[in-house]
Amino acid sequence: MPVQEGTYGLLAEFDTPSDLVRAAQAAYDSGYRRMDCYTPYPVEEAAAAIGFHRDNVSLICLIGGLLGVVAMFSLETWISVWAYPLNIAGRPYYSWPAFIVPAYEWTILYAGLSAAFGMLAANGLPQVYHPLFNAPNFRSGATSDKFFLCLESTDPKFDIAESRAFLEKHQPVSVVEVEY
Amino acid sequence: MVDPVTGELRVIAPGHTFKSITEKLAGIVLTSHTPLGWWGGLVIAGGGVGLLGLAVTWLFLKGVGIWGITIPVAWGFAIINFVWWIGIGHAGTLISAILLLFKQSWRNSINRFAEAMTIFAVVCAGLFPLIHTGRPWLGYWLFPLPFTMNVWPQFRSPLLWDVFAVSTYATISVVFWYIGMIPDLATLRDGAKSKFGQFFYGMIALGWRGSVRHWVRYETASLLLAGLSTPLVLSVHTVISFDFAVALLPGWHTTIFPPYFVAGAVYSGFAMVITLAVPIRKFYHLEDIVTIRHIDNMGKVMLLTGLIVAYGYGMEVFMSWYSASHWEYFMMWNRMFGPMGWAYWVLITCNIALPQLMWIRKFRTNVALMFIMSFIVNTGMWFERFVIVVTSLLRDYLPSSWGTYKATRWDYATFIGTLGLFTFLFFLFIRLLPMIPMSELRILLPEAKIHPKGEPLPEAGD
Repeated sequence: MPVQEGTYGLLAEFDTPSDLVRAAQAAYDSGYRRMDCYTPYPVEEAAAAIGFHRDNVSLICLIGGLLGVVAMFSLETWISVWAYPLNIAGRPYYSWPAFIVPAYEWTILYAGLSAAFGMLAANGLPQVYHPLFNAPNFRSGATSDKFFLCLESTDPKFDIAESRAFLEKHQPVSVVEVEY
Repeated sequence: MVDPVTGELRVIAPGHTFKSITEKLAGIVLTSHTPLGWWGGLVIAGGGVGLLGLAVTWLFLKGVGIWGITIPVAWGFAIINFVWWIGIGHAGTLISAILLLFKQSWRNSINRFAEAMTIFAVVCAGLFPLIHTGRPWLGYWLFPLPFTMNVWPQFRSPLLWDVFAVSTYATISVVFWYIGMIPDLATLRDGAKSKFGQFFYGMIALGWRGSVRHWVRYETASLLLAGLSTPLVLSVHTVISFDFAVALLPGWHTTIFPPYFVAGAVYSGFAMVITLAVPIRKFYHLEDIVTIRHIDNMGKVMLLTGLIVAYGYGMEVFMSWYSASHWEYFMMWNRMFGPMGWAYWVLITCNIALPQLMWIRKFRTNVALMFIMSFIVNTGMWFERFVIVVTSLLRDYLPSSWGTYKATRWDYATFIGTLGLFTFLFFLFIRLLPMIPMSELRILLPEAKIHPKGEPLPEAGD
């Protein structure tokens, strides 16, 4: 991958979530698409404002769960019927009611691991370096008490001067240029 | 601190802002000053860990004969402690998962350390069946692994179900706990002054930057994990009760066991949360975040689960009469009035009689009394498992094979050792990791409300 250089985007800082949501909504309405909001706790309104409504974590979780139940139930059947059949008080080798319990546990295990790691993967984490961490004010507030809107330079509508003027209209605490 | 609008006790004391939450809670971890009391506690708990190491080492050298287990009481302290510890863990999952699904936002203050409690309790619990096997170095035989002898486990046994239930529970609890911690670890990373702190929290925060797209997926994953943990936690203690209920032994072979084990687990777990929360909120001055409301609510949950447990005890007694089985009848008589009958009455006193005091609101809102009550309940719950395990096995069908049970000093040393291990891990946790979820507390603040769109901006330009 070539080293990226230049401007990553413009980062506007806000004091309250309401200001952020208003600015994000305005940016979306005026045609910006490649942008993101950064908040210290989940602000669903901000996600809705930038047009992010659906995620696919539930689907990943469902697939994981199905995989778990199939894997365990087949394993139990294979072991008990073919690999190592044990006669326990004359009970059938294929004792499916007894097999439900471990299969149930593995459904939950696979579904839970898929949800957790699927969420991280979909988020592109772990990603210890990110251009935003270069912004001088980002790390002092984004995970504590400040709200950020970043218009990214890859957006076709992005123009340093115009986008800056656009952000300034929404009373941010500051607008800074973020380098790669 | 009663809210004048709703008339209820407040969840968080007024006056907190996003910034004050961060400063107060991150400060506990990031400060370079470690309180002397913390060191004192760690050293005492470390003594417990040493004792555990000693007891387990001696056990491995000599075998399980150093314990008080005999025939007929082949399941002694190890299984009692296993069930007791796993039960304690259940409240953590209940708080983090079930109360999340029910949108009980008051839980946000206590869920993180309740989850940590779950994990450390499972660590202590998991130790017991392993060392009880007698040959713990063959513990991996429990798992369906393709090793050279071509021996596979027997899936019709509840003891094997236990392996899957407990290992799944431990894994999912750790994952849920860690995922919940990532945003707070990012807060610590951004607040850390020391190079080591920045590196350490930077690595384990995985580069979290609070993007709202990430938050949406994160919230979905949290809800899914909560939705998965709920049936999981109910199944774990159900499977543990199967260890008993599936056996054809009077006193164990009953269908009431699964629900009453689960209720008992939650009961003892909430008691343990109170045992931990009361000193922590005092020591770290968190009275404004873990408020009387929390203590009060936990008291109510304990009261409810305590009554379910009482119903379970009642049903056991009723069924031993109603079954018209001579053996069931004798077992219950022996349990109440036999040589170990005193344990039954300790259990009834601690688990049913005294907790009725929690009907009184003044009692529930008194922190000191609730602290004492938490010890009473956990003593009672320990005796419940003692009674179930020991008095059912003590006297079986033939008087010639009747026996007795007396725990040895190694039994006690191992039990005290796990208490030490639990406390030790907990001390490390409160010093190194965020014990109260900051990101979830911020949601509870009035600042977090988004104003309606129509509302004019102050000094709006156009």
